[in-house]
Amino acid sequence: MPHLLEVVDLVKKFKKVTAVDGIRFGIEAGICFGLLGPNGAGKTTTIEVIEGIIPPTSGRILYRGEPRTPDFREAIGIQFQDTTLLSFMTVRETLKTFQQLYRHTASVDHLIQLCRLAEVADHYNNHISGGQKQRLLLAMALINDPDLLFLDEPSTGLDPQARRNLWDIILEIKRAGKTLILTTHYMEEAQYLCDEIVIMDRGQVIAKGSPAELIRTHCRGTTVILPWTSVRDDLSDLSVNGRKTAQGVEIQTDDVNGCLKELMDRSVDLDDITVRSPNLEDVFLKLTGRQLRK
Amino acid sequence: MNLKRIRVMFRARNMEFFRDRAAFGWNFLFPFLIVAGFAVIFGGDTRSEYKVGVFPHPTVQVDLEEIAVPEAFKETRYLDFIGFPSMEAGLTKLRDHKIDFLIQLDSPENAYWVSEGPKGYVVEQLFNAALAPEEYRGLGLRGEIEGRPVRYIDWLFPGILAMNMMFSALWGVGFVIVRYRKNGVLKRLKATPLTAVEYLTAQMFSRIFVLMFTLAVMWFGCELFFGFQVRGSRVWIFLAYFLGGLCLTSLGMIVAARGISEEFASGVINFIGLPMMFLSEVWFSLEGAPRWVHRIAEVFPLTHVLRAVRRVMNEGAGLAGITPELTILAVLTLGFLMIGAFLFSWNE
Repeated sequence: MPHLLEVVDLVKKFKKVTAVDGIRFGIEAGICFGLLGPNGAGKTTTIEVIEGIIPPTSGRILYRGEPRTPDFREAIGIQFQDTTLLSFMTVRETLKTFQQLYRHTASVDHLIQLCRLAEVADHYNNHISGGQKQRLLLAMALINDPDLLFLDEPSTGLDPQARRNLWDIILEIKRAGKTLILTTHYMEEAQYLCDEIVIMDRGQVIAKGSPAELIRTHCRGTTVILPWTSVRDDLSDLSVNGRKTAQGVEIQTDDVNGCLKELMDRSVDLDDITVRSPNLEDVFLKLTGRQLRK
Repeated sequence: MNLKRIRVMFRARNMEFFRDRAAFGWNFLFPFLIVAGFAVIFGGDTRSEYKVGVFPHPTVQVDLEEIAVPEAFKETRYLDFIGFPSMEAGLTKLRDHKIDFLIQLDSPENAYWVSEGPKGYVVEQLFNAALAPEEYRGLGLRGEIEGRPVRYIDWLFPGILAMNMMFSALWGVGFVIVRYRKNGVLKRLKATPLTAVEYLTAQMFSRIFVLMFTLAVMWFGCELFFGFQVRGSRVWIFLAYFLGGLCLTSLGMIVAARGISEEFASGVINFIGLPMMFLSEVWFSLEGAPRWVHRIAEVFPLTHVLRAVRRVMNEGAGLAGITPELTILAVLTLGFLMIGAFLFSWNE
């Protein structure tokens, strides 16, 4: 399937800092594509170069196989990480203002309904909650009925309900056939929403694939967690490796049955045991390390 | 260039101005208060320029019929007499420059004390002249000018409006766009098909609309309250203000062209605005100031706005009389716009 968007050998330097260092990937139409990485990995810079907000130092961005033209802005929608809106405008007026900047547009009423903004449609845009503001930013990104939608950390700062609510809307948008590019720090969000993922670190792509592929490739095995209350004797002579954490002893194993049997043989209390399959967070931490970044 | 997009951004900016009640009110209230204040201070015919203390006198209010000072001195206009019970009380006020001159009423030698400075000197000369015999006074040949005199308030009023216009243009464009760049509004707009030229054009038109609207309300409101003398046509006055507004807004575009620091932007606006306010004859005439001061003043758009407006308002000039100033404003506008557009950046 031809790519809707291709990033070819993209480099972006800020004076002596190379924020993006020769990355390359393609995005198929109709999928939700996740761009993950720790702080300073180059995700936002990559996205802003693709969006045309900042120019690349070198490399190419191809949209539908061709270099981007000024019309590219008519075809994309962007939800920025943190945006202040034009002041003293209601939610509906904000949407109508942005609507009139485009040639091809979606209906404001439809977007108000889709993004669940009806109850605040006539409120000033600075008098709404954080969740409502994120949904307004999403509606603004959809105002030109774009083929390609950029969502830069859309759920940062939202409570669990608001986040779930936003995810439902994003899935609805995806079902409508839009292509989405998502950056996020929430691995659960990426695993829930994304079909394809690229993990970046220090300006480079360090892994790509679907969430399932990434987990299969980088984090085989199951995690067994024994809380400290269950650990009565020294388990250092177990046949499997255990790692001491704040919660207890964390054991990585490919043979859950064998591991549990061994623990039962040692009369370990398994009442509070946790058995967990690997997830995207494990992949992320494995690939990018557990060290705190600056 | 897409006119629809310009219109949308023009409307959005106007909405912001008109709905921000506090800023909107202040835009009208501030110049009105200044004009009202000056009208009260300088507007009447009974304004006193010099304060003369007399002692011993039982009350602060002085009845000129009852005090023993030369008749010619009593009849001098612009003198305000204030009574003091003792010499000490009078001298204290004189020392603090609360009064300019102090006379001892019960002194056969016409004893007096005078404060240092020009006011004291002038009153002293008037007092001594009043002591001279009648035949030595009024020896010069007096000539009179025709027409109504220009009151200070008539001269000041256009300056206050122009100053308000200048600060509104510089802050409303320069500061606001820098703030928009800092908080991501410009970045959001850059992601749309809106071009920089369209955005800047809308900002400029919106500010001009706001400036002219404010000006019209202020002008006619103040005229109604204070009864200014306008000798020329208001059409040329508003034309001069319009071109001045364009020029000052374009200057604001240069301030707004780069940067995300609001502190830096406000510093630059003050750096431009304060010298312009003092040297463009808003408050006082530069008549008699050194030549280099006049040369600096010529660089400022406000100087040309005020010269044109005052020529029409105070001297009754027509379009031909203010064409040189309007031409200078148009050329400056073009120059500022080109620099502003060249330097402008959406990003930080």
